[in-house]
Amino acid sequence: MTKTLTHLQALEAEAIHILREVAGQCSNPALLFSGGKDSLVLLRLAEKAFRPGRFPFPLLHIDTGHNYPEVIAFRDRRAAELGERLIVRTLDESIAKGRIVLRQAHESRNRHQSVTLLDAVDEFRFDCLIGGARRDEEKARAKERIFSFRDEFGQWDPKNQRPELWNLYNARIHPGEHIRAFPISNWTELDVWQYIAEEGLELPSIYFAHEREVVVLPGGALLPVTPLTPVSEGAVSVRMSVRFRTVGDISCTAPVPSEAGTLAAIVKETATTEITERGATRLDDQTSEASMEQRKKEGYF
Amino acid sequence: MTQDHLVDNGLLRFITCGSVDDGKSTLIGRLLYDSKAILADALDALAASSRKRGLEEVDLSLLTDGLSAEREQGITIDVAYRYFSTGTRKYILADAPGHEQYTRNMVTGASTADLAIVLIDARKGVLPQTRRHMTLASLMGIRHVVVAINKMDLVGYDEGVFRRIQAEVAPLVRKLEIPHLQYVPLSALKGDMVVERGVNLAWFDGPTLMELLEGVDLDARDLDAPFRFPVQLVCRPRTGGLLDYRGYQGRIESGSVAPGDAVTLLPSGVRTTVRRVEFFGEDLARGVVGQSVTLHLADEVDVSRGDLIAGSAGAPVPVRNLDATLCWLGEKPLDPGSRLVLRHGTREVRAKVQEILGRFDLQALESLPASELRMNDIATVNLRLQQPVAADPHGWVRSGGSFILVDEATHATVAAGLVLAQENY
Ligand SMILES: Nc1nc2c(ncn2[C@@H]2O[C@H](COP(=O)(O)OP(=O)(O)O)[C@@H](O)[C@H]2O)c(=O)[nH]1
Repeated sequence: MTKTLTHLQALEAEAIHILREVAGQCSNPALLFSGGKDSLVLLRLAEKAFRPGRFPFPLLHIDTGHNYPEVIAFRDRRAAELGERLIVRTLDESIAKGRIVLRQAHESRNRHQSVTLLDAVDEFRFDCLIGGARRDEEKARAKERIFSFRDEFGQWDPKNQRPELWNLYNARIHPGEHIRAFPISNWTELDVWQYIAEEGLELPSIYFAHEREVVVLPGGALLPVTPLTPVSEGAVSVRMSVRFRTVGDISCTAPVPSEAGTLAAIVKETATTEITERGATRLDDQTSEASMEQRKKEGYF
Repeated sequence: MTQDHLVDNGLLRFITCGSVDDGKSTLIGRLLYDSKAILADALDALAASSRKRGLEEVDLSLLTDGLSAEREQGITIDVAYRYFSTGTRKYILADAPGHEQYTRNMVTGASTADLAIVLIDARKGVLPQTRRHMTLASLMGIRHVVVAINKMDLVGYDEGVFRRIQAEVAPLVRKLEIPHLQYVPLSALKGDMVVERGVNLAWFDGPTLMELLEGVDLDARDLDAPFRFPVQLVCRPRTGGLLDYRGYQGRIESGSVAPGDAVTLLPSGVRTTVRRVEFFGEDLARGVVGQSVTLHLADEVDVSRGDLIAGSAGAPVPVRNLDATLCWLGEKPLDPGSRLVLRHGTREVRAKVQEILGRFDLQALESLPASELRMNDIATVNLRLQQPVAADPHGWVRSGGSFILVDEATHATVAAGLVLAQENY
């Protein structure tokens, strides 16, 4: 008898099916691509779904302006290698236009992203955004649909989601509404790392262990020292070997202590870690248990 | 692969069913906790929530609460998905909570499940809900059911209680189609027989719940089932060296396919053979159920999204009139005048509920006359379709016999459908 699929093969096949359903059902989708590991996995899945054809959607990055330069350089290189169109919209433009008003110059820009994102949806009339969110990331995501419905204000209403049965997805919408599609909903952080290792995907260098100047916060979290996040009065910085488990806005993404310099070492570390990805690396999420859900309602990814 | 895995037994999707307070949340928490899927910081948050509620011990059931509106009301209203892995197998658990929308939630969770755990409180024995859960699991084509008799600690871990409940369940399932049925006594709270055997149920020599999950033989039936391939997209790059490239992209929903296989295109009925089974530029000797691949056919034929490529032997006959079991999911009852779209595989056709043949009473296990369809109702209906659909009876090919109904005006998914054997074939 033919052997059945491994867990990664099964997850991969499901994700390819979802991407093809987006292409089949939506008339103007875009794939959110940041240069981060989850979106790099999405790009590989898109290659497997659509090659030798072109991707039936452009790549879209909402740039907070607070990204690590290595990641942005990597983003541009990868899009060019694939020969696919990359659209970048920046929070700086939104700030210049007065669409976003900051209270402090250096505040976290994470929660402002939704403004720029929804403006891009309007500008390009996207009817579907493909994202790399996973249900295991946070409690509020556990009930998220694979095809998640957003109203004309880009809002997510937990009570107004469609039941999803079998693999029959319903992406029908009225004008102005859109769908968020999550092909790797069913993956865990470990699955993502195993897949990256198995596929030999290239990643921005900051995902691997490197020496970095950081401030150790009272709770144990590491604050990287950057021009945006200088050492504050009275704090002491140290140099240590760290890596990022997730990369995003500099002001709220923290590295973890690690010596893992290879994909195999990262897989091993992930399999034995004691701390969730979000708990270890997001500095702004810890205020309230329900904060993630609140942001989702506002149109955050 | 580089990690320490020696075997990879794939992915098992399962659902847990129970009445309120049977211990479903505790069991899920226990499975996640004992399989080390809960990380330290999540556990700290859990301890904090438990303390806030004035509890002394960490309440594992809090783990499975998701959204804040529900947390405030202390209820859960939707299907949530949990993940854990044992190193040899990855698990996706659909947690479908009870309460009013139970049928709708359970049907949704069950649609993708390979296995169902039906919980029974050892003190209460078989309840009317137990019968509902078993019936729905069987209706949805779940082939593996584990009856978990929980709270054994509250009945002194008494073997007699377990045997008595087992004897109560047996006649119930006789009428249902459940090929693989197993029983396990356990205490979700204390952990006996969930992941660890414990010492309190030493009289039981069967497998633990986790051993049962680890041992399920996946896909064997779907692999031997007839080949079904709904076409999602046609790939025609028309560039460079690819001027003649024409590939049909989709997922193998049942069976397997190899070059040289005779296939029939549906609904047209045109026959041809498979030339290549391609995956990301490579040729496969055989594609199997679950895989997303690209097929190349021997002849230049007219195929587009919405068509079905089926193995020629036993290919389904396209029909415009269909008997089916519906689970009504819509908030509003079926309105005979509403415009509905039926989605089967990748095909969409307009549909009309011609007649409600009967509503299924999940307690009495019988069909009663009905003139209305409301949320959570299960009914047999006759559907008329504007275009033909090549569907299989659900009992024969699970994926080929499933569809959803979408309301054309609101775009809501209003029903899940299971195709019944068509007498007029
Ligand atoms: N003694 C005992 N209590 C249990 C067991 N499993 C669950 N409970 C308790 O039963 C109550 C209901 O459990 P819960 O998991 O919330 O039930 P649910 O409504 O099915 O999710 C809680 O107080 C649990 O602590 C068990 O195996 N033994």
